[in-house]
Amino acid sequence: MEAIGLWWIGEREESPGTMEHVRLHVARALALPALVLEGPERPTGTLDPRRQQHSSARILEWLLRARPEGRVLGVTDVDLFIPVLTFVFGEAQLGGRAAVVSTARLAEGAPRDPRVRVERLAKEAVHELGHALGLTHCPDIVCAMSRSASVRDVDRKAGVLCRDCRSRLRDSTSGAEGA
Amino acid sequence: MTAEKTRVLVVDDEEIVRESLGGWLAQDGLQVESAPDGPAAVERMKGEGKWSILLVDLKMPGMDGIQVLEEARRLQPDAAVVIMTAYATVDTAVAAIKRGAYDYLVKPFDPEELSLLIQKIVSQQQLVHENAVLRKALRREYDFHDVVSKSPAMRQVFELARVAAPSGSTVLILGESGTGKEVLARAIHEESPRKEAPFVAVSCAALSESLLESELFGHERGAFTGATARRKGKFEAAHGGTLFLDEIGDVSPKLQVDLLRVLEERKVQRVGGNEPVDVDVRIVAATNRDLRQAVAAGKFREDLFYRLNVISIQLPPLRDRKEDVPLLVERFLELLAVELGKPLTGVSAEALAALMAHAWPGNVRELRNVLERGAVVAQGSVVQLEDLGLKPTAPAAPGGKAVPPSLDEVERRHVIEVLSYTGGNVTQAARILRIDRVTLYNKMRRYQLRD
Repeated sequence: MEAIGLWWIGEREESPGTMEHVRLHVARALALPALVLEGPERPTGTLDPRRQQHSSARILEWLLRARPEGRVLGVTDVDLFIPVLTFVFGEAQLGGRAAVVSTARLAEGAPRDPRVRVERLAKEAVHELGHALGLTHCPDIVCAMSRSASVRDVDRKAGVLCRDCRSRLRDSTSGAEGA
Repeated sequence: MTAEKTRVLVVDDEEIVRESLGGWLAQDGLQVESAPDGPAAVERMKGEGKWSILLVDLKMPGMDGIQVLEEARRLQPDAAVVIMTAYATVDTAVAAIKRGAYDYLVKPFDPEELSLLIQKIVSQQQLVHENAVLRKALRREYDFHDVVSKSPAMRQVFELARVAAPSGSTVLILGESGTGKEVLARAIHEESPRKEAPFVAVSCAALSESLLESELFGHERGAFTGATARRKGKFEAAHGGTLFLDEIGDVSPKLQVDLLRVLEERKVQRVGGNEPVDVDVRIVAATNRDLRQAVAAGKFREDLFYRLNVISIQLPPLRDRKEDVPLLVERFLELLAVELGKPLTGVSAEALAALMAHAWPGNVRELRNVLERGAVVAQGSVVQLEDLGLKPTAPAAPGGKAVPPSLDEVERRHVIEVLSYTGGNVTQAARILRIDRVTLYNKMRRYQLRD
């Protein structure tokens, strides 16, 4: 299976090692190859002037255009929203190619240790890519696929998939290759 | 998680809201559909089964969220309606809660708030569902085969029938038409050791004397014009089982003699035949007439009456067991849902109040017919008052103009109206009527509006 592309598309510079940490975590949790993409392009036209936040749906559209093939996870530092919610940590096309995740809300509670933020980011990266691979939310609250509506939820999660989600993922990825 | 997916309907005129909210909820494993306006939402509520959650935008052109809420209360009373609103209209949203909305959310919502609200609704509905399952299990307690009741009078009937069933004795069932005499007769058969053998029913009022005679006893070939072949009668057909003789009070004097002989000798003779045939049949007879009076008037043989009246069971009319109306409604709707292939879940509070208040001269059969009409006409999963086509109880004067109702009738109707307005909440209804609760309870008892 083609490797999942991980792409820093934030406004600021990526803090050193962040993407590599996410890559290792994603590859292990999903048991799929992942690589960090290097590209200078950044999304445009995604800012909502009234809300001063970026539309996650438009970022997904942009990612699909910028990467015409393969699965891609955009990692950003801008604050994401969908119209009915005050914010989202990330968004993905369910069973689609594109996903996005943001660090903007993951600093809540101001953890002194920057590693806490990177850890949260890695968990949410697994979560959004899980959606892109067809997984829905999991009722097991420590599974990476359980819904996170707050950083408390994120911190509670283990960052890996539970057994049920792992087997569901295996079925869907092997099924996709067979098809 | 539940085996059945929770169905959510998102009603909002903004496509972006429908899409983003739908996507978010779909990720939670909910089955999400959407409607762009009130009328479209109402169509969905009428059409396809049950909705668990309705997320309804307050401000929409044409039909607003409050109107959608009102329709939802009628068409999908079990659905939790959540009103979505902007800050400017929070007051209206609060008013919506008073009209039966589950909660409201201010746009844009905090993701945690939305998540918790949905979780709360889903788990509450699971509890309600579990309760319904338990209630159903409990209801079997109220069943005697196909007879459903929890009224004390009917409990006595069940007890007597349970005792009588295995004995093989003749049973005489008395009751007005439509009270379920044949249903009880079948139940007695099912409860008896004869249940593997046939249950044969004959209506003695439907046939002329000679036809009934050949129907009951059979005939030999050539016994009369048109008797081209030998035919077994119902007594023989019921051999080893139960013969139900309905409307026994209508049998002619000659046949009364024949019946008496068969009951005494346990042999039948086919019309035109000479050989008596042995029959082992348990007789259950029924009538809506007063047989004692018929005996006194010389219209019914006393010896036959005593032969039949070994165990007699009196079925009460429905008006004397009003507490069974909700139970019967539930049972009939279940059956009708299967029969008609419609996802019927119940009747509206208004409709139930009217069903409770009706006098039911045609008894359970009339109730079933009224519900069948309602079930056929109903547009959604809930049968509404107007679907039932219940005739008002006030008699019509000659010339077609209705006689104005009595003061009692006006009061009764008003009490029903207020109770249906409050969804059956007595405290609220009492407040609206400006009487105390006890007085209202007394009125409800008087008009038989409660168990």
